[in-house]
Amino acid sequence: MVTLLNSLRKYAGGGATIKRLSAPLGGVLLIVFLILSGGCTPNDPYRASEAGANTFYSTFFEPPKHLDPARAYSSEEYDFLAQIYEPPLQYHYLKRPYELIPSTIEEVPVPAYYGRDGKRLPHDSGPEKVSKAVYEIRVKKGVLYQDHPAFAKGPTGSPLYMNLSPSDLKGIDEVSDFKVKGTRELKSDDYILEIMRLADPEIESPVLPIFEKYILGLKEYSEALRRDLDGIRKERRAKAGLSYNQEADEKENPVILDYRKHKLPGIERVDDYTFRIILKTKYPQFVYWLAMPFFSPIPEEAHLFYKQGALADKNITIDRFPIGTGPYMMETFNPNMEIVLAGNPNFHYEEFPKEGEAGDAQKGLLKDAGVRLPFAERLVFKLEQEVIPRWNKFLQGYYDNSGITSDSFDQAVSFSAAGEAELTEAMKEKGITLQTSVRPSIYYTGFNMLDESIGGYSTEKQKLRQAISIALDFEEYIEIFNNGRGIPAMSPIPPGIFGHAEGEEGVNPYVYEWDDAKKRPFRKSLEYARKLMREAGYPNGRDKSGRPLVITFDNPWTGADSTPMINWYIKRMRLLGIQLENRTTDYNRFQEKMLKGNFQMFSWGWNADYPDPENFLFLLIGSNSKVKFQGENVSNYSNPEFDRLFKVMENMDNSPARLKIIDEMLDIAQKDSPWVWGHHPVAFGLYHRWMSNIKPNSMANNTMKYIKIDPELRKNLRGEWNSPNLWPIAIIAAILILGSVPAIISVRRKRLGKAKR
Amino acid sequence: MLTYIIRRILYAIPIVIGVNLLTAVLFFYVNTPDDMARKILGEKNVTTAQVENWKRDHGYNLPVFFNGPEEGTAKLTETIFFKKSLPLLWFDFGRSDRNNIDIGGEIKTRMWPSLAISLPMFTFGLVLDLFLAMMLAYYRGTYLDLWGVVLAVVMMSVSTLFYIIGGQFLLGKVLKLFPISGFDTGMDSVKFLVLPVVIGVLSSLGVGVRFYRTVFLEEINKDYVRTARAKGLSEGAVLFKHALKNAMIPVLTNVVVSIPFLFYGSLIMERFFAIPGLGNFTIDAIQAQDFAIVRSMVYLGSILYIVGLILTDISYTLVDPRVRFE
Repeated sequence: MVTLLNSLRKYAGGGATIKRLSAPLGGVLLIVFLILSGGCTPNDPYRASEAGANTFYSTFFEPPKHLDPARAYSSEEYDFLAQIYEPPLQYHYLKRPYELIPSTIEEVPVPAYYGRDGKRLPHDSGPEKVSKAVYEIRVKKGVLYQDHPAFAKGPTGSPLYMNLSPSDLKGIDEVSDFKVKGTRELKSDDYILEIMRLADPEIESPVLPIFEKYILGLKEYSEALRRDLDGIRKERRAKAGLSYNQEADEKENPVILDYRKHKLPGIERVDDYTFRIILKTKYPQFVYWLAMPFFSPIPEEAHLFYKQGALADKNITIDRFPIGTGPYMMETFNPNMEIVLAGNPNFHYEEFPKEGEAGDAQKGLLKDAGVRLPFAERLVFKLEQEVIPRWNKFLQGYYDNSGITSDSFDQAVSFSAAGEAELTEAMKEKGITLQTSVRPSIYYTGFNMLDESIGGYSTEKQKLRQAISIALDFEEYIEIFNNGRGIPAMSPIPPGIFGHAEGEEGVNPYVYEWDDAKKRPFRKSLEYARKLMREAGYPNGRDKSGRPLVITFDNPWTGADSTPMINWYIKRMRLLGIQLENRTTDYNRFQEKMLKGNFQMFSWGWNADYPDPENFLFLLIGSNSKVKFQGENVSNYSNPEFDRLFKVMENMDNSPARLKIIDEMLDIAQKDSPWVWGHHPVAFGLYHRWMSNIKPNSMANNTMKYIKIDPELRKNLRGEWNSPNLWPIAIIAAILILGSVPAIISVRRKRLGKAKR
Repeated sequence: MLTYIIRRILYAIPIVIGVNLLTAVLFFYVNTPDDMARKILGEKNVTTAQVENWKRDHGYNLPVFFNGPEEGTAKLTETIFFKKSLPLLWFDFGRSDRNNIDIGGEIKTRMWPSLAISLPMFTFGLVLDLFLAMMLAYYRGTYLDLWGVVLAVVMMSVSTLFYIIGGQFLLGKVLKLFPISGFDTGMDSVKFLVLPVVIGVLSSLGVGVRFYRTVFLEEINKDYVRTARAKGLSEGAVLFKHALKNAMIPVLTNVVVSIPFLFYGSLIMERFFAIPGLGNFTIDAIQAQDFAIVRSMVYLGSILYIVGLILTDISYTLVDPRVRFE
């Protein structure tokens, strides 16, 4: 370097310029040297104090809208809620099929059925005989809430933080900023309060219409609360006059409805630890709802604490700062940046399961059997709305797990000759593991059964829809658009749910045939589909008058893949001579069309609330029709026999008899083909080698307590993977500086030189 | 000057009302209150009764602009537009539609991360633009000037998204010099700001350098510059003391109007770098069909634009004595 500078100095014919240049150049090189020799990781997004901590790092794609358990209803919200709140039941982490186990209650409740005469009925009584189903729930003793200011008491024993004014809240922006906190034991009243909250019109619980159908008197109760709310608002408006601003007024003085003013006959309090939920009909699936956050306990202290205008003004609400008994509690709620959950020191004793399904022990999933939960001390979720930075930070080791987007799929996964998904060499070198699981969901293409040309129940119409079902080759679709991450659906019921059959038994005989030699189904030929078209009255896709069959296809697709996907549909339909007319609209218009029945063919999906076939088959019952009843049966399919069987099946416990009915229902639906059954998505998850006890569980959301991290290994690998490369910067800086020198010298010579004569 | 400012503020009132009107027209042309309710209530099990209740509870059950059945002024005041837009005039932004958060508080919180990234980006960008433009003007006619202009044209032709993704890849992933994305509070935020600021400065460098170079070249060919040189002043003094001062009018036109928008943040930058600023806030609200936030941010944008224009006019008088408030 010295030689280089000397030769430049010589060339310039003067030392001043080069002296000026050598200082910054030397400075840059010194910084480069220092960073290179320092062994630090300047790209580490975490604070130095966090290195080596037993913390789980992950991401969230969009800020949760609601963390009020009565209101939240999306997986993004459940990722946080389920770690904090404890509904009465939970899913066993390891066992499959999914099994409910107690969470904060003594045992899974078994309903007691009563007839119209008030007499107890046997468990297997038909639904027509049952007028009351009583679930008695016994809460475990000694379960404590997390420390929270709502429980803080003043010297007189009254709540310390009530009637707060804005001046009382100086320096308080989060719940953790309150100095005094307290706790108390979980009581049956807390579960009762939450059920009452479901009926609160201000909370706008999305499941209220469902439970109004089942919980005795809930509909009347919610109507009474609605009348109370309207009355209070009317009164306030009348008092304030024309200038009344409801929003501003309720921000300052929130409305507090008196839940105990009206009777809710569907809930009975027995004692501090026991309560009953009374349904007005037999509904065996109700226990699954008891594992969802809608039934989480809310202490009255917190309900009233969060109803203070001064707190709401600071955005400190129950919708942002949950209060639970679970393994974690909210430490930082900054949904624009990060959400941090810290271990709840008051969490009751719970241990890692001692048994799982076959093969779990061999996979090392029972190594921690009997060890106290949770393992990770903190959970840090960072907001990452773009997939590229999220993926790169996972590869750098700064996130512990990741999904796989289409963009990064080829980097992460390859398919073996046998068609099995496996990790690429680069992933294997890093020790990353791949976990796959079929999601309890279905993405399907539906027909409007009310439509004159594509709907209807005649044999011709059945054959027309069956032919289209054959032509829309979802094996190809999954390969092209989902990177193979899906299973072609034979019916609405996905694998892992009672009623789904594997092998030849589960094949949809109207679309597939069974290859005995290869032991797998194969799609019927296009020739067969064309034959069906002829029988349906559309030879070569034309009707009797020779006009082509034109079908409109409604979808809300706007992503990068949408055009190729639509073209794929058009191309496949053209194989039958059908002209598919695409009608992509924004989601609002799409929903409106579905509501009004103004469509022929559409694309839709469903994600199960609970692992029961009822939660899929109800998508096809007449009483759930979108057009007539605004239900979830978007195809408006209505087959009286299917509906009759559904009524019998929905109230049965899982048994061979129930399976037989489900098989009959599936056969009816497959023959009518109101849907092209589409596919069940398969989730691919990647995990770093420092993580253990990983087993995908599509129904449980409270799985963070089971996950174990080796922080020391992570720290070492992060250091190894992230030492900086500075030499390219040094080279670019040197080129820029040295490249400028001749011009500088030339100008200086020109300026300092003598004027030409 | 005060009269002038008051007059400009009064001019601004119909503009602001017009902007609000236009926002409401566009928003409700694309989304009906029913669409908003369905989007906010969720995808599953939404009944007509729930939609109607939501609209009533959030004041979206009224007509958008004109309430025919009402009497007198109530025909105009009992409308979504009046009820939702009037409080904006005294900066009462209300609460968001989707999660009931205080919008004013959220703006106050989020403007700091936006400023943390846009202020250094603006300052360093401006200084570097001016410095490099003057250097090119100084070395005009040399290969440095030629290749500098070529490079500027190339840089201004590349999309911002490419700078972001390329910058994150090169500086964050390959060279591992900076965190790829993220944000923190206090001094811990500095390490997250370097990469977006560097990328932001680089992405606007081409446009800035080329524009200011033209301004300076025009200036250094004027008579007073020749006079300054004839007096024996160094080229540096001529450029930095004389030419720069006289080139301030076009510079200020370009710069001062941008200053208020620094609060507004950068839409793409904040999203890719996970900066919890106002740009991201606005994009999320549009996606979530949250009219309360959209109208607040559009209103704020129009106010900032008007403030920017007034500031530009004031700054002219400071740098050019010939400009007067009349």
